[in-house]
Amino acid sequence: MGIAAEALKDFKGFNLKKLPEVEPLSSGHRACQGCGEILALRQVLKALGENVIVASATGCMEIVTSPFPQTAWRVPWIHVAFENAAAVISGVESAYKALNRKGKIDQPDVVFLAYGGDGGTADIGLQALSGALERGHNFIYVCLDNEAYMNTGIQRSSSTPYGAMTTTSPPGKKSIGQRTWKKNVAYIAAAHGIPYVATASPAFALDLMNKVKKAAMIPGPAYVHIFSPCPTGWRHETDLAVEVARLAVLTKIFPLYEVIDGRWILSRKVAKPKPVSEYLKVQRRFRHLTEKDIEDIQRRVDEEYEDLLRRCAMSGGEPEKKEGEEAQGD
Amino acid sequence: MGKRVGMEVSIAAAEVVGLCDVDVIAAYPITPQTHIVEHLSELVADGHLDAEFVPVESEHSAMSTCVGAAAAGARTFTSTSSQGYALMAEICYIASSLRLPIVMAVANRALSAPISIWNDHADMMMARDTGWIQTVAENGQEVVDLLLHAYRVAEDPRVLLPVMVNLDGFILSHMIEPIYMPDKEEVQRYLPPYKPALRLDPRNPMTFGPVGMPEVYTEAKKAQDEAMKGALPVIVEAWKEFEKHFGRAYHPVETYKTDGAEILLLTMGSVSETAMTAVDKMRAEGKKVGLVHLRLWRPFPAKELVEALQGAKAIVVVDRAMAFSTQSGPVCVEVKAALFDHGISTYVQNFVAGLGGRDVTVEDFEMMVAKTSDGLAKGLPMTYEIVNVRE
Repeated sequence: MGIAAEALKDFKGFNLKKLPEVEPLSSGHRACQGCGEILALRQVLKALGENVIVASATGCMEIVTSPFPQTAWRVPWIHVAFENAAAVISGVESAYKALNRKGKIDQPDVVFLAYGGDGGTADIGLQALSGALERGHNFIYVCLDNEAYMNTGIQRSSSTPYGAMTTTSPPGKKSIGQRTWKKNVAYIAAAHGIPYVATASPAFALDLMNKVKKAAMIPGPAYVHIFSPCPTGWRHETDLAVEVARLAVLTKIFPLYEVIDGRWILSRKVAKPKPVSEYLKVQRRFRHLTEKDIEDIQRRVDEEYEDLLRRCAMSGGEPEKKEGEEAQGD
Repeated sequence: MGKRVGMEVSIAAAEVVGLCDVDVIAAYPITPQTHIVEHLSELVADGHLDAEFVPVESEHSAMSTCVGAAAAGARTFTSTSSQGYALMAEICYIASSLRLPIVMAVANRALSAPISIWNDHADMMMARDTGWIQTVAENGQEVVDLLLHAYRVAEDPRVLLPVMVNLDGFILSHMIEPIYMPDKEEVQRYLPPYKPALRLDPRNPMTFGPVGMPEVYTEAKKAQDEAMKGALPVIVEAWKEFEKHFGRAYHPVETYKTDGAEILLLTMGSVSETAMTAVDKMRAEGKKVGLVHLRLWRPFPAKELVEALQGAKAIVVVDRAMAFSTQSGPVCVEVKAALFDHGISTYVQNFVAGLGGRDVTVEDFEMMVAKTSDGLAKGLPMTYEIVNVRE
């Protein structure tokens, strides 16, 4: 049995009827109306509880939660810079390890969380993240992926999907918009051979919270990639973040899975997928796309999903049974 | 009791850091700093030092890890040089602004391009405005003593600023010297255990590093500036305490044969020892020459420096880095400003020497003094000159 499987053998998931009441991330922050990212972050923190130390990368979530002298954090929180949340949490975790071992403190059960947006994770922070994953610190890294640099005003990142309009990937006579395909950071994290990698979506809250809880229980590094709709940047209605997040899963654009000790497991198999056009049409960032462009995207999404199914089949991963979740999804 | 040992200076630096009961060391290899962290990793590997050695993937992450560890309440150490410092510089500003008492040894080295692994003070000068306290060692003993002093100052509740101990790369870092190495008890008597004022602790949650809107940013910088100004007397006090414990005295500004001197050399770092030899030689020849040596670079000890320089007819400032200001090197700018502020208009000649490992010899100092003496006599304009350039 691998490290993660061993740690999870008595795992008990959250119950839809009795969710944790604790809110380590308080209300009253400055996030945009209908922000999917702050919703995801709230779910992460509810899952972790209050015995946690959080390191934040620069980005939307840092800005909206910490304008001095106010703070939305009821747990210890540190922001240092854009690209180094994983390195900062490496230091925090190492300090706790040393101070506990030397008897200077007695706090062996603290959970260490670093989070960043897609820019701070897939682009500028990828090196620090890779270093921290490779060194095996006992921490959780959460990427809150809203698919562009939203905090600075919707510039493309390497996590922006093909064809999306951003202010630095504008569609035009000679441009489709973003001309590269989304960088798959969850796969990159998995390639480090760490005990736990997962994708999650705030539209599937129990699944998300259970994955974060698992990540906290497993010793060593864990990586959770969370799809985080941005009404401001994606140009969708402000009441649609959860719906857009759900559509991304149901169209196979953002499949939910776990990699536990290297074993790939689909969280939910999308048996009757919706066409990607249903997902694309609710967001004005894709409105310039032609039928042909959408066909290309559909083909690529199908191929990537097949690749994921192959990985799961090869490692014997079966979709887990989800209690009380069917009502949320397909 | 400590003892006198023959030891490479880098190894001695690592040994004394080990005696300081550090909790977290984060390091990335860069020449000529490598021997310091190599030896620390050996001390940890052999169980002589109970600390987490975090072998990070870059200098940027080295400082980031130190920031996280210090914020969590650990005593931390790292070491760097040159390009490595340049990469971590972004986080050095944040470390001082967060008031984290990190200690870092910098084996001073030139900056690219062209790539040079050899010594000058370009990295130290790049760190000038980061809000770190900076001391400068002249020899191996001072490296050991200044590292001990660094923790004592950094962690003083009246200071809480990171400290950088500068030692000339190769010229000092790779030299084997006789060094008095204190023992653990002596270190503990001088350096109390680190008790952080604030730390990342779920039992007492705090927000570190929030957003500073225009209404608060200036106030944050002023608070930092006041901390730096307030650090100067604490630095001096910690040196006086050091003298009581170990018998060796240090001052922000030190003088050598300045009595009756008409021309004063002003230097920083290991080149000061060569300058002393030059002063000895010139004094023997009847020339009224003395030396002023800067031990403390940040905070800048302007008052003490002006006191030391007062009365000289001419001052020869030797810079070991370029400022590209077209006026003078970085040390000379400060010297001129300090003199001006005190209403003193002494003739100041500036020489940039020893870049990228070029030797600075006794003859070079003689040449600088001769040129300055000549310039003073002829009323030539004060300027700066890069010495010994092969045309």
